[in-house]
Amino acid sequence: MSTGIAGAAAGLTRPFATVSPRTRTRIPLIVTAVLLVVMFSVGSVRYEGFLSAQVVLNLLIDNGFLLVVAVGATFVILTGGIDLSVGSMVALSTMLTAWLVESHGWPLAAVIPLVLLVGAASGTLMGWIIHTFEIQPFIVTLAGMFLARGLCYTISTESITISDPTTAGIAQTRLYGPGGLFVSIPVVIALAVLVIAFVVLHHTRFGRNVYALGGNESSARLMGLPAGSTKIAVYAVSGLCSALGGVLLTFYMLSGYALHAMGMELDAIAATVIGGTLLTGGSGFVLGTALGVLVLGMIQTVVNFQGTLSSWWTRIVIGALLLVFIVLQRLMSGRRPATD
Amino acid sequence: MTTQPAKSEAAGGIGRRLAGHRLLWPALILLALLLGNLAFHHDFFSVRIRDGHLYGSLIDILQFGAPLVLVALGMTLVIATRGIDLSVGSTVAIAGALACGHISTAADPGSVATMLTAAALALGVALVLGLSNGFLVSGLGVQPIVATLILMVAGRGVAQLITDGQIITVTSAPYKMIGGGYWLTFPFAVLLAAALVALTAFVTRRSALGMLIESVGGNPAASRLVGIRAGGLLALVYVFSALCAAVAGLMISSNVSSADGNNAGLWIELDAILAVVVGGTALTGGRFSLGGTVLGALIIQTLSTTVYTLGVPPETTLVFKAFVVIVVCLVQSPVFRAKVLRRRRTTTPRSHTTAGAAPQQQEAGA
Repeated sequence: MSTGIAGAAAGLTRPFATVSPRTRTRIPLIVTAVLLVVMFSVGSVRYEGFLSAQVVLNLLIDNGFLLVVAVGATFVILTGGIDLSVGSMVALSTMLTAWLVESHGWPLAAVIPLVLLVGAASGTLMGWIIHTFEIQPFIVTLAGMFLARGLCYTISTESITISDPTTAGIAQTRLYGPGGLFVSIPVVIALAVLVIAFVVLHHTRFGRNVYALGGNESSARLMGLPAGSTKIAVYAVSGLCSALGGVLLTFYMLSGYALHAMGMELDAIAATVIGGTLLTGGSGFVLGTALGVLVLGMIQTVVNFQGTLSSWWTRIVIGALLLVFIVLQRLMSGRRPATD
Repeated sequence: MTTQPAKSEAAGGIGRRLAGHRLLWPALILLALLLGNLAFHHDFFSVRIRDGHLYGSLIDILQFGAPLVLVALGMTLVIATRGIDLSVGSTVAIAGALACGHISTAADPGSVATMLTAAALALGVALVLGLSNGFLVSGLGVQPIVATLILMVAGRGVAQLITDGQIITVTSAPYKMIGGGYWLTFPFAVLLAAALVALTAFVTRRSALGMLIESVGGNPAASRLVGIRAGGLLALVYVFSALCAAVAGLMISSNVSSADGNNAGLWIELDAILAVVVGGTALTGGRFSLGGTVLGALIIQTLSTTVYTLGVPPETTLVFKAFVVIVVCLVQSPVFRAKVLRRRRTTTPRSHTTAGAAPQQQEAGA
């Protein structure tokens, strides 16, 4: 439609302007999928024992909790918000679980619902403050981050190791599939969460509200969508998911510790972004988030297999990937992001 | 320490001016915290001179608070442009790691030249890091929180790469001076921080720079329309923030004579944001208060000291900080004021709406 110099300039600044918007939003997702395949292929060529289905399943075993947390973060990010408290919520959940099970002898069946309730309630509270008083989500969840991490220390400054037989039993259970492949129970839970999130986001009224809210909040409000309750609900979902992630991490680590999940909020955000969800909200895929988690896990695996690389290369590569994907998304999206 | 609003006001206006001054609440909170400490330790306010150096709890607060003051100083200008810089903690770690790395491998670790080279190296790299943040924000239009998140994630990895995952210990008298030394009986770090704050205040308030920054933060589109080069200004504040963080990194590593890629500057970005917000600079940008930021940083530092004084586990400081963040943000929120303080508002005539109140405030401020 635009002609001459203006058209050429538009072409330069938006190299993907000619691609249809639907395809455009999928490009980061496709890039992530390709990246995953390339990393796996290169790993298989370079390292002995890398090419096996168990390596992929191990990604899920080692990152199931991150997947659950990142799914929760995806809900929040889809509305254009951000939740910085997830890492601390995970730590608090491991601490609460370990403390109640070990020091108080509570049955696991009572502890887990309680921990999930605490997570969902704190998420709801943060969402309520964000919505009611119109304070930026960033600062409210920052306070939540401080609070949850601080509460961990008030429970104990030491790591609490779990020796409870039921918990240890569940943690060590391996579910065998064909060919001797196995996964752990947390993997099944994580995948179930992913499926539920997918159905909720793409096939329910609530899911459509989430996308609408992230696309344009005032439009959503004018259309009569329940913007307030949707906003509160996504933070509740995020809180619930981080609490569940914390429970899964407790099974993985068999301990509760205030320093667990340091920086996991960033990993969750990174996984979401690498999975193709726009940080400005309104566009993204929860299945992409799962791919993002696999990419992060794959980086870790490659660094482990390489052996000579220091583990902090993981952080650097995640940072670099985040950069690439954010720049890619900026080039993809036709409009400048509305600040705030 | 105490900032008193202008005393030369008309007699009737003094009380109201004082009550309405935006630094009043931060100053009162700081005073209350200090007095609270005095109740537990009767010699809390005593400042002694030993070996020609000043000693005392108040001096400690200033000295340990100096890096936070600096980081918060840079953060203030970033927040004034409606941005946020999450990468300062990583920059602190990188600066310390580079400087200590250089000194530990230098032929003459004790010489002033080595110290200056180390500092220059750290500041040079910080310049590059700040530029990259600035480019992402102003060049590519990435949200500040996301743009700086990248460096926050990767930066700590870089810092650990430089230190090889170890804690690098250095013995260098000139380097020790930056964070742990004394000059004219005062801790050098305090003098350095004070000088940088004064310089920043001078440059932003005596030139149009401060107003331009506030203008970009207040309304980016309008600023662009009146011909302000927002891009350059944005890049500038991120570079400034990174440089401040680098100086803070030098101070922190110098004070303990070692660089720890993992823990140096950990969570200092959050403390800095908290300091800025407590100091009365709104996260929505458009205006900033350097005096408020300094007060805010001192409040945070005093809060940490108080927790130590009370004998509570130091980690629980986080719980206090969380409550401070929420209370301060609620008080700053216009919606919260409208909902909770409504009763008080309606009793004063002519200020039923914010629109009606605005000219009044302007009159008072003129």
